[in-house]
Order: sequence, then structure tokens, then C-alpha cells
Amino acid sequence: MEHDYLISTRTELSGAATVVSPSGDIDLGRSPTLRAHLKQVQSKKPPRLIVDLGLVEYMDSSGVATLVEALQTARKQQASMVLCNMQDKVRSIFEIARLDTVFQIVPDVKTALEL
Amino acid sequence: MTDIPPISVQLLSDPKYLCGVRELVAAVAGRLGFSEEECGQIKLAVDEALCNIVRHGYQRRKDGQIWISLSPICNGQDVTQLRIVIEDEARQVDPGTIKGRDLADIRPGGLGVHIIREIMDEVVYEKREPTGMRLTLVKTRCSCPASKP
Repeated sequence: MEHDYLISTRTELSGAATVVSPSGDIDLGRSPTLRAHLKQVQSKKPPRLIVDLGLVEYMDSSGVATLVEALQTARKQQASMVLCNMQDKVRSIFEIARLDTVFQIVPDVKTALEL
Repeated sequence: MTDIPPISVQLLSDPKYLCGVRELVAAVAGRLGFSEEECGQIKLAVDEALCNIVRHGYQRRKDGQIWISLSPICNGQDVTQLRIVIEDEARQVDPGTIKGRDLADIRPGGLGVHIIREIMDEVVYEKREPTGMRLTLVKTRCSCPASKP
């Protein structure tokens, strides 16, 4: 894991939603940190998990796999998971992997909170 | 003419070094005339190939050797293609068994080969003598003058 990797987390809607905001590239070196962070967040079973990707400029398949794992956990918890603020460069890997229709992807956190 | 590629990089199979290599590859592709979108695609394909070597080839050992070389392929003065050769000393596998997974099966992992094949125009896996694997990737410039009507 890379120890200097920053991920911020905040709760919204009186605890009904948790917003996780990773930053920088999510690649093979950093995805274990994100995976551990999401596991910790999901252990509290938030009804809605929002992953704000606005500060993520690059993601490889290890990052995508981490988000797929989180989605599966959310479904088991009967919770929802929403991705937002996705940059075009990041969106393209979801399109190549045909996961853009599997995830709920919205333009911004505000929209994700209003769902 | 020489067969020596103009850029060759040697790195260890440690994930923290992948960012430097993928940025280098994207920067060189851009200087050779590939579009920003194409550079992003090449960067992703190379990263996925390196990730597969780290994860599956060296099974996350961080001291394995990886070599990557870049060679432009020209038509006259124009660079029309970029050839990228990635070699390792990791465990050998039958190239015929290297396939992307069924995308309808939604699960973590197994996307790398699919992404590489989707992005690059030529993808050739082969066993390297005496050890390891060799992956040759070719990307054709969509934006090159020769391909315009």
C-alpha cells in the first residue's frame, strides 16, 4: 500500500449517505488502500455509498475491480452505491469494460444525494 | 536502419514504478503525433500489461525484471504506428490461454487482457527464450495524415 495516498470520507443526510473521495491515480499500487478504506466504510453499512471521483485523473482495472467489489458488498447489504464526478479519461475504462451501465453514475455529489 | 528501439526502459515489478513508465509512454506517443485520446489508451494498455506481469507473472514479487521498448513505425516522414514490446522473466504460460473474461460476468478482476485487446490494434503474446514472456503491442494512429481521406 502507498501510505501517502489521500482519501477523504464524510457522512451526509444525517448518516444516510457516506461520501468517499479518493484523489490522484488509482492504480495497482494504490487500489489496495482504496479497497481497505471502502471495506472500513462499508463495515458500518451506510444505506448509500457515494464515491466522488472528481479528483481521480487515472484509473486502471485494479481500481475498477475495487469498485466492483464495493458494489457487490453494497448489493449484499441492500445498500446503494453511486459514482459521481467521473472524468472522461476515467469513464473510458468503464466503457471499455462495459461497466458504465452496471454502476449508477451521476454528474455530481448533489445529484447523488438527491437520488 | 537499425533494429535498436529508440527508447528502452528496464524496471522492477514493483507497482510504485508503473506510474513513471505509463507517463513516459504516453508522453512519447504524444510527441510522435498520437492524439490525446490515443495517448490515454496506449497508457492504459501498457499499464494493464505491466499489472498483469506483476500480478500473474511474478505473482506480486517486487524484484522481477521487466523490459519495455518503444519503436515508431513510419510511412515516409509520418509516424503511422507505435510498437511496444514488453518482456519479463516471469513464469511462462501458453499464449493461447491468455484471454479476457466474459464481460457479462460482473466480478472484480480479469479485465486487463480485454482492455489491452480492445485498445491496441495488434496484441501478440509469446514465450521468450530462455524464460519469461514477450508481449508485442501495436497501435495505429487514427490521426495520421496518411489515414485521412
